[in-house]
Amino acid sequence: MSKTLFNSGHTACAGCGQSLAARLVIDAAGPNTIVANNTGCLEVFSTKYPETSWGVPFIHSLFENCAAVASGVESALKYLGKADSINVIAQAGDGGTADIGLQALSGMLERGHNILYVCYDNEAYMNTGIQRSGLTPFDSNTTTSPIGVKSTGNIRPKKPMPEIANAHGIPYVATASVAFPQDIQRKVKKALSIKGPKYMQIHVPCPLGWRHETNLTIAVAKLAVETGLYPLIEYENGILAAKRQITPKPVEEYLKTQGRFKHLLKNPDEIKKVQEIADNNIKKYGLKVSEATN
Amino acid sequence: MKEFLEGSMAVAKVIQLCKPGVISAYPITPQTHIVEELAQIVADGHLNAQFVNVESEHSAASVVLGASAAGVRAYTATSSQGLLLMGEVVFNIAGMRLPVVMTTAVRAISAPINIWNDHQDAVSLRDAGWVQFHAEDIQEAADLHLIAYKLGEDKSIMLPVMVCMDGFILTHGVETVDIPTQEEVDKFLPAYKAPYKLDVENPMTLGPLVDPEYYTEARYALNETHKEALALIPKITADFAKVFGRTYNGLIEGYQLKDAERVIVAMGSVCGTIKEVIDELRKKGKKVGLLKITSLRPFPVNQIYEALKNISKVAVIDRALSLGSFAPLSAEIKAVFFGKAKKPKAISSFIVGLGGRDITKNSIKEIFRLMTGKEKQGEFIDLKPELLKESYEQNTL
Repeated sequence: MSKTLFNSGHTACAGCGQSLAARLVIDAAGPNTIVANNTGCLEVFSTKYPETSWGVPFIHSLFENCAAVASGVESALKYLGKADSINVIAQAGDGGTADIGLQALSGMLERGHNILYVCYDNEAYMNTGIQRSGLTPFDSNTTTSPIGVKSTGNIRPKKPMPEIANAHGIPYVATASVAFPQDIQRKVKKALSIKGPKYMQIHVPCPLGWRHETNLTIAVAKLAVETGLYPLIEYENGILAAKRQITPKPVEEYLKTQGRFKHLLKNPDEIKKVQEIADNNIKKYGLKVSEATN
Repeated sequence: MKEFLEGSMAVAKVIQLCKPGVISAYPITPQTHIVEELAQIVADGHLNAQFVNVESEHSAASVVLGASAAGVRAYTATSSQGLLLMGEVVFNIAGMRLPVVMTTAVRAISAPINIWNDHQDAVSLRDAGWVQFHAEDIQEAADLHLIAYKLGEDKSIMLPVMVCMDGFILTHGVETVDIPTQEEVDKFLPAYKAPYKLDVENPMTLGPLVDPEYYTEARYALNETHKEALALIPKITADFAKVFGRTYNGLIEGYQLKDAERVIVAMGSVCGTIKEVIDELRKKGKKVGLLKITSLRPFPVNQIYEALKNISKVAVIDRALSLGSFAPLSAEIKAVFFGKAKKPKAISSFIVGLGGRDITKNSIKEIFRLMTGKEKQGEFIDLKPELLKESYEQNTL
């Protein structure tokens, strides 16, 4: 008997943050769970016929509809009188969530289904070859936001998905990072204990797309949190209920670990803009340790 | 019990009797009356179902996909742009072998936007893998939904089924309809037991990535199942006749074919008009007939061959186009006779009734008149040549 519900033998790249997070999520959720998954890396590397990594019922339909498929599954469970005993998780990457799947996600959140939606945020379309998504960070060098004489990379900051989800008036929204595994599992368990739609967004480095060493996945993810670029927060019933506090490190420490930001290291003006994004996060969510102790 | 009912009400009542556990839909004219009535039936507690109001047809199709994958009978309805927006999911439902039933209130496709009836929406999705039935009248539309669930859920088939009824003409038309009793429906259509489903007791992965090693066989199997459906449909309609007393072939229906020299091939509500014209012309001694195609998919090649092989002149009515090529139904009817020794002398192709333009008895008579020994290719009936003379210059000031 396998100890995990997400078995080894899948074909994820070395150092894949998403595969780690997916295992943490499903193991926290337990065997009484049905998963609906959008098209993307996770589905591709874990379900290549005739094998599967999944120890729970798992359905993949299309790129943008896991929230709606999960809505159908949950409605069927309600009809069968099993809605209270079986968890439903819809999960997708950042493109499947913030871009092409946003409408279906919004519908699912608005309709009040008892579903946990998990976005594995590796900040670009990695499965198709590192194209930018709505969750690609500012100035990131991707294959469709390349650097050049007229470009310093992606022109826009990340779409504020946690706030967009929260604006639907749902009971629970959380961000998490693969650098903090116990925090992920705590949040999954908490989410599943709450009835209604829940949204979780987990930061998962992609060594291939971010261009860092495969053994640095956790370190890189940790720096994103410690610089204020990836705030770990929880909204409960619309209110900011918890946050991971930090002693902020300069963003340069995070940027210099990854090839996608390499072009910024000799460009102080652009680093300043990234630092402003971090500073705004720190201010907005009150992330600084000193603020809490004062 | 016989009731005087709008087509949409009749379909809603029959769906109620089929007891779907999940219904999901997004409003689009002229499908709305069906799902409004079902919403009311659920709201009144007459049907124990989850009615899921979604934010798009893409999600409506995805919701019924998910529900069906969870082992529950599911229903949706749409039309026109809605069907096209669903298109990606429609293909997916068939590939995943989920026996969803959908009503398509068949309607024209934009642009120009037009809410009235032709067959472009359904015909454009003929390759999606669904069984596709076309109803002639409201009674047949209602009955085909019962046949649809029975066929789709058969363990040897496991296919989704689309019941097409002409928008407005059948959805909003009113006829006397025999609505069966719950006992009759339960006898014909037992509760759905899914041979595979999302089940925590027996976890399985649905919708996996399939590489070139296996993909061809998955599609081959889907295609083979359509052939099996061709054989099963007449058996199901025979069972249907035993329980409900109405006889359908389910694949094709011939009208006055026996000694006919000129035969029109058509689908949907226009068949009623054609039958009337045939009755008139027969009184005048004209040997005319109709071959109605009920099942566009699977396409009953052998049955069509047998029905038409001795007919001298055939005319195929298309209410949809394959722009830049032969009209779709005409191309398929011609393909039936390709390389055959016995075949009609002429198979002509006519386009008629696009975007809700009335197909009158005169339209049909015109087609019979044009059925000479010389084949007509994609000839438009009731075209207004004067409208084609307008130019950009005239319209810009």
